[in-house]
This record gives sequence, C-alpha cells and structure tokens, in this order.
Amino acid sequence: MATYHLKINGKIRPVNVDPSTPMLWVLRDHLDLPGTKYGCGIAQCGACKVHVDGVAVPSCQLPVSAVGKQAITTIEGLSARGDHPVQKAWIEHDVAQCGYCQAGQIMTAAALLKQNPKPTDEDIDAAMSGNICRCGTYLLIKEAIKSAAKETAGSSTRK
Amino acid sequence: MTTDKTTHNRRSFLKASLLAGGGMMLSVSWLSSAKAADKLKALNVPEQWSQLNGYIQITATNLVKLICPNPEFGQNVMTSLPMMVAEELDVDWKGVVVEMGPHDNTKLGPQFTGGSNSVRMYWKPLREAGAAARQMLREAAAQSWGVPVDEVTTKAGVLRHASGKSAKYGEMASKAATLPVPKGTKLKAPKDFSIVRKSKKNVEGPKIVTGKPLFGLDYRAPGMLIAMIQHPPAFGMKLKSFDASQTLKMPGIKDVFSLKLYEDGFEQGGFDTRTFNDLLVVVGKTTWEVMNARKKLKVEWEPAGDTKDTMTGRGGKREVTVPGELESTSAQLEKMQEWSKKPAQQLRKDGDPETAFKNAAQVIERTYNAPFLAHNCMEPMNFFAHVTDEKALLVGPLQAPGWTEPTLVKRLGLPADKIEIQMTRMGGGFGRRAYGHYLIEAALISKRAKAPIKLIYTREDDMTYGIYRPMYTATYRAALDANKNLIGFHVKGGGIPEHAIHANRFPAGAVENYLAEGWEIPSNITIGAFRAPRSNFNAAAEQSFLDEVAEAMGKDPIEFRLELLKRAKEAPVGKNNEYDADRYAGVLTLVRDKSGWNKPGNEKYHRGVAAYFCHNSYAAHVVDMVTRDGQPYVERVFSAMDCGIVVNPDAATNMVQGAVVDGIGNAFYGSLTHKAGAAQQSNFHNYRLIRHNEAPKKIEVHFVENDLDPTGLGEPPFPPVFGAVANALYKTTGKRQYDQPFKSVLDKRI
Repeated sequence: MATYHLKINGKIRPVNVDPSTPMLWVLRDHLDLPGTKYGCGIAQCGACKVHVDGVAVPSCQLPVSAVGKQAITTIEGLSARGDHPVQKAWIEHDVAQCGYCQAGQIMTAAALLKQNPKPTDEDIDAAMSGNICRCGTYLLIKEAIKSAAKETAGSSTRK
Repeated sequence: MTTDKTTHNRRSFLKASLLAGGGMMLSVSWLSSAKAADKLKALNVPEQWSQLNGYIQITATNLVKLICPNPEFGQNVMTSLPMMVAEELDVDWKGVVVEMGPHDNTKLGPQFTGGSNSVRMYWKPLREAGAAARQMLREAAAQSWGVPVDEVTTKAGVLRHASGKSAKYGEMASKAATLPVPKGTKLKAPKDFSIVRKSKKNVEGPKIVTGKPLFGLDYRAPGMLIAMIQHPPAFGMKLKSFDASQTLKMPGIKDVFSLKLYEDGFEQGGFDTRTFNDLLVVVGKTTWEVMNARKKLKVEWEPAGDTKDTMTGRGGKREVTVPGELESTSAQLEKMQEWSKKPAQQLRKDGDPETAFKNAAQVIERTYNAPFLAHNCMEPMNFFAHVTDEKALLVGPLQAPGWTEPTLVKRLGLPADKIEIQMTRMGGGFGRRAYGHYLIEAALISKRAKAPIKLIYTREDDMTYGIYRPMYTATYRAALDANKNLIGFHVKGGGIPEHAIHANRFPAGAVENYLAEGWEIPSNITIGAFRAPRSNFNAAAEQSFLDEVAEAMGKDPIEFRLELLKRAKEAPVGKNNEYDADRYAGVLTLVRDKSGWNKPGNEKYHRGVAAYFCHNSYAAHVVDMVTRDGQPYVERVFSAMDCGIVVNPDAATNMVQGAVVDGIGNAFYGSLTHKAGAAQQSNFHNYRLIRHNEAPKKIEVHFVENDLDPTGLGEPPFPPVFGAVANALYKTTGKRQYDQPFKSVLDKRI
C-alpha cells in the first residue's frame, strides 16, 4: 500500500492503495467516480478512457503508481455543468442507447477535438475505433462529433 | 429528476396514495418543473406525491412524475413508455419527470423487458392509465367548481371551464387521488396524438453524458464488499477441492467459500438457466484486490459426468439429463452433420413434399451453420445483494424481476414481500439478463458472507460463463419444376442444444408442398435468448437460400419474394401462418423503392437484400457493399420497418441503425468456440465486435406509415441483416456464404 496525491478533475485527491491498482478501480472504488466504466480490463473496449494531461487513455491499463503529477480528467470533470460541446452534441443527437460505453466515447471524442478541431471521417474513425459500442451507435457518434467540431469552430470564430 | 424514497420501497409505494396531500405553496412554474424538482431536492423539502395510479404521481406544486414499469437496457423505454402515459394524461412533456419504477407486478404490470414486447405490451394499459388519471383530475375540478365534468377541458396540464375557472393538475391532484378509478375511458385516435409520434430525447441523456451512477456496476452501499466467483475452466467440469490459504493472505480479502446455486432436486423454471452450480466465491474489500486474490486460489476441478436437472415450466415437471462430455466445436460440427441425416421431428407439412421433390426437374440443397454467440453486454453481469435473516435487498441490471423473484423466495426462504428488487439501467441486455442466476448467486453470497456485497463478473467471466446463442444448422431444399416454378420447400434444422426452426413462418403458406423438421442435440453448454432468438439464424440461412433459389429461377430476389407473398395472401397454403403477407410485402416494396433497387445510379455497389418477420414487426434491408482496401465493406444500408405506430421516431431510427451495425458485426465476426468444454474466446482481443471504422457511412431507415398498434424494434431489424450481408458478399466475391461468421472472407484479399 502507498499513498498518492492524485490531481483529478482539478482537485488533489489522496488515496492509499496498492501501487499496481489501475486508475479505473481507484476512480470507481476509492474516489466514488463511477462514471468511468469497466468493460474489458485489457484496453480493448475504451469504456474506461480518461484524459491524462488531455490525452485519452484507457484507465484500466494505467497503474496509479504511474500517474504522478499528471492531471486526470474523468467524465464527471469534463465540464462543470455537462455542457462541454461534445456532451451537448451527444444530447442533441440523442446518441445513447444503453449508454454504458458513452462516457468512454465522449472522453475519446473530446480529446480528439482538442487535438484536431476539424477531424475528417477518417480521423474520427482512427481516433474512435478503440471504443466499442455493442448497441451500434457509431453513426450517431460520428454525427455528434462533427456537430461538436462545428460548434467549437463557431464559438472560436465568434471570439 | 427527483428521487422519491417512498417509491423505492414497495410497501410505502402501495400506501402512497393515502399520503396524498399538498399544501406545498412554493411558486414553481410548470415548464421548469424538472429543474424545480432538483431545486426542491437541494432544499431538502419533502415532496408529497399524490398517486393517481401506479404510473402517475403529481405534487400540489405541480410536478408530474411518470413511472416507467420496464427496466431500461437501451431500447429507450424510459422515454417511450412514459410518452404513452403523457399522451393521454395531457401534460406538457417538458415538465415531466420520469423515474424507474419499483418491482411491483400488481401495480406496474409484467415489467418484463424482452421479446421486443415493452411497447406492444404496455401500449394499451399505459394510455388507459393516462386517460383514467386525466378523467379523475377533471372530476376533481368539476366537483370543486360545481360544474358538470363534461364541461371541464384540459390542455397541457391545465384544467379549464368556460366560466373562466382554471387550475393546474397539481391543485387538483390530491382530491383526484381519492376518487374512484374510472373504467373504459375513451382513448385518443392516432390523428390526435401530440406526444406519441413526435421525437422525444432520452430522458436519461443528461445523466448518461455526465457519468452519473445509473448502472448496476455503479451502485454502492455502506459497508459493501465485492464478490467474484471462480468458475470451472470448462463446461462439464465441477469443483473437487480448493485451497484458499494464499488467497486469504492477500490484502483486503474477507472470505473464500463454496456454495451451491441450486440444491439437489431444485425445480428449475425456464429462466433459472445457470451455467455452473458450484460457486467458489472470493469476497473482499475492493474489486482489484478480489481480482488479484482470486488468481491465487488453488483449485482442483473434476469432470461432472452426466447430471440430472429437474425442470418445470413449459413441458411440465421432468428430469433432464445434462451430458457430461467436454465438448469441442469441431466434434460438435461433425455431430451435427451426422444428426442432420437422421429422422427428425416433423414440425409442419403442407401438400405432398415427398412427391414434389421426387418429380422435381431441379433440387437445390444447401446447408447453413452458425456458432454459439456470446452476448457481450458492455456492462458485465453484476448484482448487489444485502440479505439478512429478515429481508433481502437486491439492486442491479435485470430484464425480468418477476421471473427471478420466485427463485429468490425458494432459495432464501423469505416471503416475496420481504424481498425488494430494484432495477438499475442496464449496460445492454440482448436477452442475457433475462436469466437472473447471477442475482441468486449474489443473494446467496450476501447471506453467507453476512454483508452487503456486489457480485461482479469480469469480462472473462461474462464471456466464458455465458448463456449463449445456441449453435445451429439447417439444410434447406427447394424443388423446381421444368419451368423453374417452385413446387416444393423443405427445411430441416438442428441445433445444440435446440433448433431454430419457426415452422409457420414465411415461406410456409406460400409454397404448395412444404415440410419443416427439427432435431436437437443435448449439451452442457448453456444457452438462452440472444437478440431475436432463433430468428437471428433463420433470417441468415433462409434469406441466403431464397436469394440462391431466385437466382436459379432467373428472378429478381425482391420480385421473387413478392410473388411468394402474393400467393400467401391470395391463396395461403396450410394453417397458422404467423405473418401478415401484406405487411411483409410492404417492407420489401418500401426498401426496394427507397434504395432504388435495380435503378441506375447504384452501379458502384454490390447489393444484397433480405427481409424477415419476427417479434411482431417486419424488417427489410438492402445492404450496399463495396471493396475497400481489398476487403468487403458495407458502406450503405437502406432499412424498411413496419412496427405499426412509431412511438418515438428518432429513437426508433437509432434502434434500427444500431441493430444493423450489430448485425453486420455479428455476421462477420460473431463466434464463440469450445475446446474440451472451455470457451476459446475470453475477451475483446479474441472475440471481435464491430468497430467505428467498420460501421456503414449511412443507414437510411424508413418506416411504413400506418395506424396499427405499435410493436417492438429491439429485435426485428437484427436478423435480416445477416442474410442481406451474405447476399451482398455473394455479389462482391462470387461466393455464397454458408458458415457464420463470414470472417473467412476478410482474411483474403478480393
């Protein structure tokens, strides 16, 4: 067991866990942040993706001991009021069916748009193909990402 | 959305109408009531809900809460079912708060999510509940105002009288709740719908996109421990002995024990299906600790041998022998081939098929095979249980609480009114969560551990320890005369452990001489409903076969089917034909027209078509395939559906698109194989699901417009996708597909 002071959603959160514990379970079991989902535990489905210094990574493969000072953002911290352009676009397109994978999809999409504000269809496929949705909402996810990209571009033009 | 504690406790829920009261004179505007509900919650003001019936609660402050009876697994019932209530209640949808109901079959009906039945089953009762409540509110207003009830009108949650009197529903709710429930209240004609048929967004959308703890796996309770089961490495094995000493030394571990899911002689109902009866359980503080400690178990397993299960339900009480053999896929395929030659049970016979085949100028015979499929719900199986000597609380993802509760009563020895099952949102279901064995497991573990626990299946547990889609085969034969007329049709299907044949479905009824037969090979590999059970194989095999027959007859595949359906309508052969030939033809003509089938402009595509009827709805797809990077790729799909009235159009379109994507994925990749009883796939690295880059660029969904009572969409669009993909693959590669999955095509460059 070891104590870590993790920077999560803008706050320092102390945890005392085994160093090998994946961030997925630190978030879910120790920090009461269950928005990050368990799907496979082997980085194949993307349900557990969080931002580590702005990059979307599967938290099931990230041991707490490797986090250090890097800032972690989870779905709960993506925006203060659920109004990140990607979250808004997800509502606008009514993307979710069961909804279980969508936190991972949203985190991946948000990281993509940060890095590439005007992604092509191929860019979206490349960024999103690590995220599985058994309900098959891929088409709406793509539409929502394009809407979010437009909104982001629009608001930056206005500024 | 408000959380009203009283609605989560069945006993107080039943009494809720007696709590009808009011006096809450906070100024809350109707339109912002959803926000107002949050505000009230924040202020910790106790709400007093007047319960007009099991589905409708209204506060004096004019909050309207609609209770969704059926558990939600992504088919959007938490939105579509309350829409039906709201339609007849006549409230402004924007002000409505929706809450998942408690398990209470007396007040809330069957509460079963499955068989594409939710919308169909609740269409009438929910509208009646809305209409009755509206009538009670009008009656309350009439009495208060001293006017005849017929003169009281409603509009969007406001009661009015020509004299100028008006009141919001909330003002009359407590009085209305004391009035007798009217019967036979007239329901709206479809032309008057103002909520149904207008797209409404998922009521849980905002919670989903912000990561709120909606799912069973997210549920937590004070003092809750985590439990996992170590199951045998293969079907046909059982626990011999175990040494938990290393596991118990691991941090956070509380206990290791074994117990039996069902005692010897336990009478299993149809949905008591379970994988393994011996449970070797590790209980500890956190998920990661339990996962790691479980690996330290030293376990000896042994062959279970033939075992006996006592079954009840359909077919009456009987002993069933479960073979002990450690099965392998290759041997299963050989066995299926062998059995397919044996005499089988006749399921339907019209005319004289034997003579038709004897006299045929040409006989086309093809055999189709399909593997076991794992459900792969994105949220693995899990359930929370807190069982004491007095009562039990169970919380988690479950499709049919009413089917599992009787088993809990038997296994826990508690009366039903001491058992509370709360249904969380499910991270997928697809039939898997109709089998509540994991809930019983959780309950028994909690009882033994004397603690609140959450049982969690890892992905590997979920996949290798499943209730799978059976393994199927079917041989189809078509007899053509010298003029290439179809004079006979024969299907003989088998499966492990059950066949897929729907003997009374198309093309039964359309062919003069028809024979359907079935046979089954017992197995210890557990099976159950998987998104459109049986249909998901038939629509692949039969629709591929009909394509091939049409080709042999020199006919267009759509026109060929339409000719058969014309026959089925005008002079149906035999009895008990399950489908409506007009509606079946309707989706085919719609998809033909919308896709521009055989019209110029589509030369770029290799086109495959298939149609199917199941679970009371009709579906047809045209799949447009191209070769991309040397691989076949479904770039575009046109879908036509007939599910009667489309309650929530955008969500319905989403369901159909999802079923198409899921169908393409399963057609290309879906496969669970076994070696010496052990599943050969364990996680998403070796069980492929379709991914973003493989989904079509466009799926255009069209609905037949009619005013027929609505039927479901969770399953019907799924099965014909397999057939349409197979037929498009033939056009692309020149080769027919007889064995699912079709991934062998992907291994070769075209």
